[in-house]
Amino acid sequence: MNDFIAARSQMGLSLGFHIVFSCIGMVMPFFMAVAHFYWLRTNNIVYKNITKAWSKGVAIFFATGAVSGTVLSFELGLLWPEFMKHAGPIFGMPFSLEGTAFFIEAIALGFFLYGWDRFNKWFHWITGVVVGISGLVSGILVVAANAWMNSPAGFDFVNGQYLNIDPIKAMFNDAWFSQALHMCIAAFSATGFAVAGIHALMILKKQNVYFHTQSFRIAAVFACVAALLQPLSGDISAKDVSKRQPAKLAAMEAHFHTEPASSLVIGGIPDVEAQKVNYGLQIPGLLSLMVHGDFKTPVDGLDKIPVENQPPVSITHYAFQIMVGLGMVMLLIAVCYFIAILKKKSWLSRQWLLRMFVIATPMGFIAVEAGWTVTEVGRQPWIINGIMRTADAVTPMPGIVYSFYIFTAMYISLSLIVTFLLYRQIKMVDKIYDVKNQAV
Amino acid sequence: MIYVVIVYLWAAILLYILLGGADFGAGIIELFTSEKNKQHTRTTMYKAIAPIWEANHMWLIIAIVVLFVGFPDIYTTISTHLHIPLVIMLFGIIARGTAFTFRNYDAVIDNMQKVYNKIFVYSSFITPFFLGVIAASAVSGRIDPDAHDFLSAYVFSWLNWFSVAVGFFTVAICGFLAAIFIIGETEDEHNRKRFIRKAKQMNIAAVVFGAIVFLVAHSEGIPLDNWLFGNAVGIIAITAASLSLVLLWYLLLKKGKVIIIRVLAGFQVTMILLAITLRHYPNIVIMKGGRYLSLMEHAGQDKAIYSLGMALLLGSILILPALFYLLYSFNKNTGKWHE
Repeated sequence: MNDFIAARSQMGLSLGFHIVFSCIGMVMPFFMAVAHFYWLRTNNIVYKNITKAWSKGVAIFFATGAVSGTVLSFELGLLWPEFMKHAGPIFGMPFSLEGTAFFIEAIALGFFLYGWDRFNKWFHWITGVVVGISGLVSGILVVAANAWMNSPAGFDFVNGQYLNIDPIKAMFNDAWFSQALHMCIAAFSATGFAVAGIHALMILKKQNVYFHTQSFRIAAVFACVAALLQPLSGDISAKDVSKRQPAKLAAMEAHFHTEPASSLVIGGIPDVEAQKVNYGLQIPGLLSLMVHGDFKTPVDGLDKIPVENQPPVSITHYAFQIMVGLGMVMLLIAVCYFIAILKKKSWLSRQWLLRMFVIATPMGFIAVEAGWTVTEVGRQPWIINGIMRTADAVTPMPGIVYSFYIFTAMYISLSLIVTFLLYRQIKMVDKIYDVKNQAV
Repeated sequence: MIYVVIVYLWAAILLYILLGGADFGAGIIELFTSEKNKQHTRTTMYKAIAPIWEANHMWLIIAIVVLFVGFPDIYTTISTHLHIPLVIMLFGIIARGTAFTFRNYDAVIDNMQKVYNKIFVYSSFITPFFLGVIAASAVSGRIDPDAHDFLSAYVFSWLNWFSVAVGFFTVAICGFLAAIFIIGETEDEHNRKRFIRKAKQMNIAAVVFGAIVFLVAHSEGIPLDNWLFGNAVGIIAITAASLSLVLLWYLLLKKGKVIIIRVLAGFQVTMILLAITLRHYPNIVIMKGGRYLSLMEHAGQDKAIYSLGMALLLGSILILPALFYLLYSFNKNTGKWHE
């Protein structure tokens, strides 16, 4: 492994770690707000217990997310100084605003976690909602900064100089909306399925069934609504990418040759040397339909892109297939769940329904990681699309390989500890909260 | 607008030293507390800082964002040449924040607590130490942008006695701030006396390490005395800091009002930072051969500075009232000598 690959891996690892915690930190406050609202409205103690149990998980995830985010704000400069030197002032606007949003989130979280029985109960509830809203705003802003790397805007690039910069235009670049929408829905879906899956498992194990059933219902509804919406937002994203980053779209689809009635490839193993996909399912015309709205118009393939500007095809294609595949599975589960709620109430108590949710526990987050791989690896070899190459941005300091090893060890140990703590929280539910005597 | 941005940068650094510093100090105090008093110190500290500790560390993020948006040359120079101490500091930040949260949110209380405590106290020491190292290295003239071998480009830029001395000085300052803060947070007379003693010890440590910083600076040829006493403002600031030190000791002995003691401690640190930074202003990084990076000459383009300033102003309208209310809500019952 050379230093350049090490720097990319370390950045990828740091972001891949942080994205999980930020999704949870963004979404869980909304779940808690719902449970908290039920508690204030119905006085049913189980909802207070759910809110408190979730808030402990959130405190753990929020702290881990906050420190891993702090690390990222330094890593941008530690690993990519040449990039930050030019990009910092241009795409800094969302980061400056994100500072505010995140600060408010930290303040509101202080009120929420330590404010039980201290403040007016509705003020306390609202601080919880503020945690969620400011978290969501933070997420949108950070994604807007990432979107700028895909769709640079707000400056004139003249002879290697970045002139006439306009940070507002840079923030509202062409990609910000489609990327932020896709990420927010993904966060709800991933967190929702993870939480619902854990509670479904506890119901199947017949532990504190009432507590876990009420928790499951709140999480499952969020997860399923998000899973239904996500394909629509995915369609918007794909059309956007095809316009701005044809190379990325071609790599996602392993679409080597530009031809009329371009076919959509499902699965398969791309063979970059031979410029073809083995074992994939090819549906002629479907890619043209998805990109251009008709079956005929050709979609640009990798043959239109100079080789030195092509992203790694296999990784991008596999990651994209994984994301879409898991998205489809979650969509199917969501459909089943809505049928269960609206038409077939008897399904709700069936084991197979809960089992589906248990199996889906990690799916959302795997899809998030895969989708993030698509957008980052698919942008290569550029760090600023079409403007600056990633290889030109990396730090001159040698020995990044060792830094990568150390960071890897740290992130692995942190993941293990967080998992261990979560396991303990769940195991202790009936010891901490008096849930035994709360049958309906 | 550039001045607005500079004031915010300075204020963020100051607030990080005061609030984040007191927060690190909590761990430093715990490290230097005898085994039998550790649990009490821990509980008192927890009650005092748990609701606000996340917010205390946001100032670092504000400062770093101001640097990379407004002054990218400064940000990238520091992060290239001080890569190693920055990474160590980041590990400290991660270890500390997570250990603090984990020990309070572990559903089972068992031997894991010892692990969290160990990580918490040592990282509370290491993080401000390296913050001090980084700050000292930025102004000590050891960063050499032309160096080509690994050691002189990336190691000797920060590894020298001056930086180490400033590191220890920073740790002592953090411990001092935390001890002053915690005096008002405990109820019984015995522990209050204990914390007052701690505050005095930390203050003595800070003064001693401050003196060492001067000696080392002198022997390494860093004109620190000229920086501090070379102009009127520096002399006034340092004199004011010394006078407030005398007053502080008097109040500690006489059981003066906690709020006044806190203000005096904060005032001292503010004066020290003012004296150091004002002398170089607008230069912020001093490199080998007398080259420097300046807040005026190395600022980003006007439009970037303008929108950064607007974002900061807008942010403070939203943040400051909420932050004051948070601090007020969780502190309104403390800060009295006799309850």
